[in-house]
Amino acid sequence: MTETATRPEGITPSQTVGPFFAYALTPHAYDFPELVTGNLLAGPDAGEVSGERITITGRLFDAEGNVIPDAMIEIWQADGEGRFAGHDAALSNSAFRGFGRVECEKDGRFTFTTVKPGPLPGPDGGRQAPHVNIGLFARGLLNRLFTRFYFSDDAAAHGGDPVLALVPADQRATLIATRGSDGGKTVYNLDIHLGGGAETVFFEA
Amino acid sequence: MSRIYPIGSLAAHPPSLSPGYKSTVLRTPSRPLIRIPQTMSELSGPVFGHESVGEKDNDLTLQHAGEPLGERIIVSGRVMDEDGRPIPNTLIEVWQANAAGRYVHVVDQHPAPLDPNFSGAGRTVTDENGFYRFVTVKPGAYPWRNHHNAWRPAHIHLSLFGPSFLTRLITQMYFPGDPLFAFDPIFNSITDEKARVRLISKFDLATTEPEWALGYKFDIVLRGREQTPFEDPHHD
Ligand SMILES: [Fe+3]
Repeated sequence: MTETATRPEGITPSQTVGPFFAYALTPHAYDFPELVTGNLLAGPDAGEVSGERITITGRLFDAEGNVIPDAMIEIWQADGEGRFAGHDAALSNSAFRGFGRVECEKDGRFTFTTVKPGPLPGPDGGRQAPHVNIGLFARGLLNRLFTRFYFSDDAAAHGGDPVLALVPADQRATLIATRGSDGGKTVYNLDIHLGGGAETVFFEA
Repeated sequence: MSRIYPIGSLAAHPPSLSPGYKSTVLRTPSRPLIRIPQTMSELSGPVFGHESVGEKDNDLTLQHAGEPLGERIIVSGRVMDEDGRPIPNTLIEVWQANAAGRYVHVVDQHPAPLDPNFSGAGRTVTDENGFYRFVTVKPGAYPWRNHHNAWRPAHIHLSLFGPSFLTRLITQMYFPGDPLFAFDPIFNSITDEKARVRLISKFDLATTEPEWALGYKFDIVLRGREQTPFEDPHHD
């Protein structure tokens, strides 16, 4: 079956994920097998994944400070050496996919178990500070919201980051996850606000 | 600013703030999005190959002991980029209401019957030519509380990855001739009419199977990379 390649008139527009995605996309409470979870270190050879073991957690709020319990959050990141699964041959047999997905809990909380990514090359021979890309989907979001977070202990590298450089200085703190610990584990906290006084910075690329 | 995916194509998407769809009001950032360069983090993306899906995950009528109620349909099409190049080996996840307009979800309280033979979730991976195919039942319209007497036109939700973080798309596929189109603020959030009608599938006799199921075609177009001079020299 072949078709003549014709240039389509445009891309397929986005629509909201709606409130009822969980049984297909985050089906841990349903009878459909889960494809992706919030644990990026699942799998038998997870011990070999490069990078500091971390937990990332936070809560999601709307413009009036109400928690958002019905959102889906996805993350995409490199491993501890700045390598992306599927794009770096060294990771071809690794347990590390670099991709996680969770549904927020009733109190708006999201949690990922992963490794802290390494620095990455930036445009024009520069360097990007360690960061994780976030995609947000929810009822009321007609488009995916895209942001990134950085790590509070990398402050020295943030000055040279080409993306943070585009963010007004007084809004950069909305993208910095705060390092802490819980029972000996490293935990980074990042709350995300879709509006209000602490509104998170969102991107387009 | 170096850019591989053209930014102008994004105009097909709905504005994030679309007050007719009430939930957008408190969930849309007030500040404009900051446009950033497309770096490795945006130009790479998760890979889910054929090993990610079960053999029968693309047939939503086979997931239980019996056949679901409703009008059996075959939804198929091609995933391509905006230059018309097929996107092979990319994951598509779908979910939908049953024929009565009821979702399998704790929050769905619409007093329509659940179907013990229909869960409404499926996934597949496109073949080497970008083709995909699902077997399911036609979903029913369902009420929602956005405004008085609000009903969603029948739709199937689709989630796609494509080759990078920037090609990620979640959308909805509709059915031709639905009388609810004019009244649906989600469908109409897409202000460009040409883009909006791209979400309406087409009835297709060629993929309709005699004595068995109606065929609907739905092609999906993701953002496409501008060709780089190394691969294929061209001039715009
Ligand atoms: Fe729906």
